[in-house]
Amino acid sequence: MSDVHAHSVAFVRTETLPELPPPAAETGVLKWIRENLFATVPNAILTIVSIYVVYAILSGVLPWIFNGVWDASSLAECREILNGTSGACFAVLAERWPQLIFGLSYPADSYWRPALAFFLLFFAAAPVMFFDLPRKLLLFTAIYPFIAYWLIWGGTIMVPLVALVGFVAGYLVYQRLVTNSFAAGFFGGVAAAFVVWYIGGLLIPDDASDTAMLTAVPSRDLGGFMLNLMLGVTCVSLSIPIGIVLALGRQSSMPLIKWICVVFIEFIRGVPLITLLFVASVMLAYFFPPESTVDLFLRVVIMITMFSAAYIAEVIRGGLAALPKGQYEAADSLGLDYAQAMRLIILPQALKISIPGIVNIAVGLFKDTVLVSVISMFDILGFIRGPLLSSTEWNGVYWELLGFAALLFFVTCYGISQYSQWLERRLATDHR
Amino acid sequence: MTSITDPPQGSFRLSMLINDTRYRSLTFQAIAAILLALSIWYLGNNLIQNLRQAGLNISYSFLGSPAGYDINQTLVEYDSQSTHSRAALVGVLNTLLVAFLACATATVFGVLAGVLRLSNNWLVRKLMAVYVEIFRNIPVLIWIIIIFTIMTAVMPAPRAFRGENPEATMLFDAFAVTNRGIYIPAPIWGPGSMVVVLTFLASIASIFFYRRYATKTLYDTGRLLPTFWPSVGLFFVPVIVMFFVMGQPISLDYPVLGGFNFAGGLQLGAPLIALWFALSIYTGAFIAENVRAGIQAVSKGQSEAAGALGLRSGRIMSLVVLPQALRVIIPPLISQYLNITKNSSLAIAVGYADVTATLGGITLNQTGRAIECVLLLMLFYLTISLTISAVMNFYNNSVKLKER
Repeated sequence: MSDVHAHSVAFVRTETLPELPPPAAETGVLKWIRENLFATVPNAILTIVSIYVVYAILSGVLPWIFNGVWDASSLAECREILNGTSGACFAVLAERWPQLIFGLSYPADSYWRPALAFFLLFFAAAPVMFFDLPRKLLLFTAIYPFIAYWLIWGGTIMVPLVALVGFVAGYLVYQRLVTNSFAAGFFGGVAAAFVVWYIGGLLIPDDASDTAMLTAVPSRDLGGFMLNLMLGVTCVSLSIPIGIVLALGRQSSMPLIKWICVVFIEFIRGVPLITLLFVASVMLAYFFPPESTVDLFLRVVIMITMFSAAYIAEVIRGGLAALPKGQYEAADSLGLDYAQAMRLIILPQALKISIPGIVNIAVGLFKDTVLVSVISMFDILGFIRGPLLSSTEWNGVYWELLGFAALLFFVTCYGISQYSQWLERRLATDHR
Repeated sequence: MTSITDPPQGSFRLSMLINDTRYRSLTFQAIAAILLALSIWYLGNNLIQNLRQAGLNISYSFLGSPAGYDINQTLVEYDSQSTHSRAALVGVLNTLLVAFLACATATVFGVLAGVLRLSNNWLVRKLMAVYVEIFRNIPVLIWIIIIFTIMTAVMPAPRAFRGENPEATMLFDAFAVTNRGIYIPAPIWGPGSMVVVLTFLASIASIFFYRRYATKTLYDTGRLLPTFWPSVGLFFVPVIVMFFVMGQPISLDYPVLGGFNFAGGLQLGAPLIALWFALSIYTGAFIAENVRAGIQAVSKGQSEAAGALGLRSGRIMSLVVLPQALRVIIPPLISQYLNITKNSSLAIAVGYADVTATLGGITLNQTGRAIECVLLLMLFYLTISLTISAVMNFYNNSVKLKER
């Protein structure tokens, strides 16, 4: 059969042809462009429109940036140098750089102090953010708040030292008593801390700050981006423990405690942050004892902490609700009491689930710290809109300054959200 | 014979309040109640003492006295002789206005960007990612101020429209973009315009009923009625016919340059534009992420199964993917609306007269009634938030997957 076939056709190729290269349109860059940019007609139109938009934006912005003037003493001088061409006046950033970062009235010879505190912040945050680092480093994280306080506010070292000793004493008592019961340990620790703080407060002489190694800086002199960072870091770290307590309270089976937590959380989440800042600036002072003077920074910290605690509580509640019921039942069947079950079984898992949510809240809160400019605190935005834009030299330099503030926030927030995504991948223990 | 008896019940002892889990919760709640009462008493006592020292009292009578300040953008009648409560009402309406406008446009921006982020087009996808990241990571207050600065410092002054060879021209002779805001034509409601409006409402209702009828026919008989063109026809034809039958009762009042400013038309002030636009693009970036997550949450098997059943791609989207995606998208969408409403309080930074700026700003500063003003302000926002969350809970319950 095959013989017949072979003879009946004129020619049969006996060897395979060499492979041809794929068609030019189906390979390499060309294929990618065709499939990803010009797949269909509407797609092609979209691509052309997008290219035009990108071109329009870049052709406007790039010359403005690269033509920028970095060395001038006022906007008028900038315009003279530019002589009508398009260009930014970055000289304002060069000249006012320290004030944008540290605020208008922070003493210039002490700039190294907040800068050092900021530098140390990375070392303090590292063991919290990256779990592979040795756990001993957490010790530095624990004492960092006291170092940072001393560096930024200055004054006598006794104040942060007494505070630290109080915490240490409280922790030691807690360690001692917690084997008996959590409540005894907790209240014993709090009591010990207060005793130490009271005694310490008596020991510090009134004029200690005048002869201190670092000159004291009142908190109304804090400002600039430093103020945003300080508010963000302080309020987020204070609000996480409060948020945990609120979330547990909201899950509690005790009606009164549940009711208190629900009212608190829903109230705070229902009003804008700006009204809470109004409370801090005009109303909160009425609720303190008549003779006390609580400065604005502390009042703002109190209100922002309450604000973010309510939001974090909701995130953690989500984490608690996402845990399978078996985890709670397993803890019960092991005979653990409530505090042990929470500490050893429930919270470690629930917090792990809620970390991305907490980081989101932290980013949102950090962005919201610019709202303090509305109650006339000179954070970076308040400083730009207030003293800087109304000064005679720099009146009218909008884009450079607002762009700079936006850039600072973008870098910080984008960095944190990238970290959060990395953490999410890292913590994913389920196998996919 | 064995019978099970209850273990002997000991009589109640005081130590059971701490050691017995049945009674311990009572102890804790009693402690909490005492602490709560003590702190309320402490704060209230401080408040009373401080108020007495400052010679103040809590009274809401200032709401009835004349406000004495002007508001440039009002929805209801208002002048400087109106009362503080009237000023607060103006503020409330302005808040609701900007929140409503921003919700609408933010949804448009967000849905567009969210869908385009899933586009096949690489460039569009990347551009939308850049949009989302830039707007999500920079505070909304900075955006509001940037757009306000664009509106006031870059846009031409009204006098630039003057002369033979003006530096700026109006769009279609109807829209003027100036540094005092955007002027648009205002509708004039002549006699008989009510009929046109009612016709419009009736045609919308009939579209709705026609669609219901089409669905019912489909389910009962399997016959597919056309819906798109009849809907379009019902939307436009009756209104246009009625408009001409009634003798064109609705006309437009165009803004005209007169003196130093535009007269006529409707002025949308620069603060309103800045707030509206900034809130829209900022929240739009968040909504885009919600939309993207919602669409991605519908597993690919769903659309493949629908395709295997022979549905066309448009129907796959509208009948299979969207209903499931909306279940994921809508709850965060509503909380974004809530965020817009709360963020609209940033109006105070650009001088838009919302309730925070009138009641919490000028009224507070003029009367010095800090506690009353802030409390009223919080009450207003709380009411809105709780209403929106009630709506959200209702929706969540109605779309909840009915499982065992």
